[in-house]
Amino acid sequence: MNGGRVRSALLALGLALLAAIGLWLAMPGEGAEPAGWMTPAFLATLVLAGWSVQRTAALDGQRWLGTATAALFGLWVLFFWQIGVTLYQVPRVLLPAPSFILQALVDRWDVLAGDFVQTVLKAVLIGWALGSGLGFAVGVAIDRAPFLQRGLLPIASLTSTVPLVAVAPIAVMWFGFEWPSKAAVVVLMTFFPMLVSTLAGLQAAGRLERELMQTYAASYGRALLDLRLPAAMPFIFSALKVNATLALIGAIVAEFFGSPTVGLGFRISTEAARMNMALVWGAIVVAAVTGSVAYALLVQLERRIAFWHPSVRAAA
Amino acid sequence: MNAPDRLQGLSAPYPQADPTSAGPAVEVRRASVVYPSADAPVRALHEVDLTIAQGEFVSLIGPSGCGKTTLLRVIADLEPISAGEVRVNGMTPREARLSRAYGYVFQAPALFPWRTVLANVMLPLQIQGRDKRACESIAREQLGRVGLAGFERKYPWQLSGGMQQRVSIARALGFEPKLLMMDEPFGALDEITRDGLNDRLQQLWQRERRTVVFVTHSIAEAVYLSTRIVVMSPRPGRILKVIESTLPDRRTLDLRDTPEFMALAHEVREGLAAGHGHDDD
Amino acid sequence: MTTDAVRWHQKVLPVAVVLAGVAVLWYVAAVGLNAAGAIERVLAPKGAYTTGDLISTTLNMQRPVLPAPHQVATDLWSSMVDWPLDSPRNLLYHVAVTAESTLVGFVLGTLLGMALAAAIVHSRTLDRALLPWIVASQTVPVLAIAPIVLVILGSLGFSGVAPKATIAMYLCFFPVTVAMVQGLRAPQRIETELMHTYAASRNQAFWMLRLPSALPFLFPSLRVAIAAGLVGAMVAELPTGAQAGLGARLLTGSYYGNTVAIWSALVMSALLGLALTAAVAGVEKLVLRRRPR
Repeated sequence: MNGGRVRSALLALGLALLAAIGLWLAMPGEGAEPAGWMTPAFLATLVLAGWSVQRTAALDGQRWLGTATAALFGLWVLFFWQIGVTLYQVPRVLLPAPSFILQALVDRWDVLAGDFVQTVLKAVLIGWALGSGLGFAVGVAIDRAPFLQRGLLPIASLTSTVPLVAVAPIAVMWFGFEWPSKAAVVVLMTFFPMLVSTLAGLQAAGRLERELMQTYAASYGRALLDLRLPAAMPFIFSALKVNATLALIGAIVAEFFGSPTVGLGFRISTEAARMNMALVWGAIVVAAVTGSVAYALLVQLERRIAFWHPSVRAAA
Repeated sequence: MNAPDRLQGLSAPYPQADPTSAGPAVEVRRASVVYPSADAPVRALHEVDLTIAQGEFVSLIGPSGCGKTTLLRVIADLEPISAGEVRVNGMTPREARLSRAYGYVFQAPALFPWRTVLANVMLPLQIQGRDKRACESIAREQLGRVGLAGFERKYPWQLSGGMQQRVSIARALGFEPKLLMMDEPFGALDEITRDGLNDRLQQLWQRERRTVVFVTHSIAEAVYLSTRIVVMSPRPGRILKVIESTLPDRRTLDLRDTPEFMALAHEVREGLAAGHGHDDD
Repeated sequence: MTTDAVRWHQKVLPVAVVLAGVAVLWYVAAVGLNAAGAIERVLAPKGAYTTGDLISTTLNMQRPVLPAPHQVATDLWSSMVDWPLDSPRNLLYHVAVTAESTLVGFVLGTLLGMALAAAIVHSRTLDRALLPWIVASQTVPVLAIAPIVLVILGSLGFSGVAPKATIAMYLCFFPVTVAMVQGLRAPQRIETELMHTYAASRNQAFWMLRLPSALPFLFPSLRVAIAAGLVGAMVAELPTGAQAGLGARLLTGSYYGNTVAIWSALVMSALLGLALTAAVAGVEKLVLRRRPR
């Protein structure tokens, strides 16, 4: 690592931290008007923070430096968000401070936990598993029916252009207000991407490898189990990851269309109408964290099963 | 013929009476392969006659389009013939394939990246239904024979091209087929690696005297490895000349600088040129 | 077989067969699902009924559980033809409302995404500090913020197209940015070094090499973006008292239990999605027409 660059990065970081601490200590009390010099100080700290990010980004060498730069940037955003909102007394409706959101998470934890169970553990998880499972099963079932494949594949691909969430009112009519109707929407949304990816994955095994199995006089089932399904795993995982995001969005939006009194989507839409920002932002944070964690878990699972694929090896 | 689809743990690779019987390993009689196409049909093979005895090492050599790979694939039941007859150990190619009478090595290693090296060598044995421990010990032995002992737990991408191809050979030999078919197995490797592998293959063949049908476009390779060299030419794919090798059975790499070797190589080269000259008329 | 016959057999026939199968299943399901209600409300009071009566009743009910295809088609057609284009009873009016928000949001989101991608590719700071967050945001249900955005914009005095277009815009923005960054970085080393030997300026390298190389990456993401934008626009119509647009129609249909209206709105939104994506695909074909397939 270039010594000069490290030094300048550390210098920038140090100065920015000092300015930030100073700014923090100089914050006026609740409701008090900020002194005239606060705004220039705020801007100066902002500049220093930006410089520290830039210097850190310029560093080469270790892989963790990239993550560190992004994390540093994120932390600075949080800091200036907190200071800025408090300092300039931004209305809570417009943008609440991070501390306020955190407080809301702690205070209304019980409500949010109930919403989480309703939306994520029931609608999302069950819908995602069922929809992906069905898509996979149908894909394998029509593997030996090229006519059906040629008929279904174009239609399945086209469904990605259609707002499938719009079936939510119909699902409510058929399955009631509770979570099964949301799960039904999720099943519909996750079925087609999985079907398309399974069909693509089953074609992924190379020609030589397939001929190799032929020279072994391997039965269809044996070739499927030993060659074609393992070769299809990267595709299947890609669909599982996409489906995780689709499932979460689907369940939340389906709740916008009508829901019992529990659920993340319900919470967001009703509390937003009531201007009850604490709960709204709390629910948003829960949804965001759920999405990221679910994706990260799937990435880890992929690393274990599709460890051999060049894309997974490159990322590791 | 009642060759069953799946043999459960039989020790002999195929249900014929005596594998060391005198019949030829491969018999090809007036075999033709024609592909229909938009303008004129492509005659990949035209009335090819060839008999390969047990224990021979036969190379098929020629420029691209001469049908050498097609002939190999026809014997292996990877492609159908349009006319003529092919017999492998007295059976049709399909019966031979279903009774696991041969091993096939492709141009690329075709190893499964999700299996370790050892698991890859075990693959055909597992498909044949042998029990796991037997598969493992056979696989270890074969890896040792190609000089890859110690690499059992590696994954294919961690090996060089030459090593991967050696694994592919170990895999083909694992279930002890009497017939081995190889389609330009060393084509993608550099010359130095290639020489080493040629030598190793030679020694393996010396030991077990399997019948080998070997496709190559390298004259030196064909002369070094074979007991008989079949020169082919394209458009239509046919056999031009069959050359019996006069080289001794035991061979080492310095054999390649002897006048005998050079004479043989020259004869092959002439044969190839004749085939080519024919086309330019 | 001639190539046209082959094409028909390979591509059109299977799809047609599957669609026909779906239609048949739909009719059967309609009879099945509507039977109970039909018997209870229409047939039983009249006394004895035949199977023919049952079938014809279930396929023409006022408030069916599952409307038959021809009912939906009739409702669609009559709503488009019987009413003037600016009337809220005409589905095309709602299509126009939703499409307007979608397209405005889509165009803004795409421009913003492309601009930000260009900035990211040319600035190491943005690349390392900001891009990871944008990539990570794709796992987050960004649509969940929609209600808040609507409330905030509403309290700031914005209404009409603007809030809906805003939501569509930020839904389009993320996929476009990520794809564009990938595309701008697609030129291989050999090509960038070639530009270097020509002493091309950064600007020239951008317009003559990077941007054209990025287009094949951009267009698939545009198709994804416009579909996402459509969903965003429809969702944005819900909270504002559901006045106009396809999303609003879905909601009002479900409030009043007007099943056929819900299905009409659903089919219409599907057609809109197809049309918008086809339009993007059409532009893609035009722009990339001279490239090898």
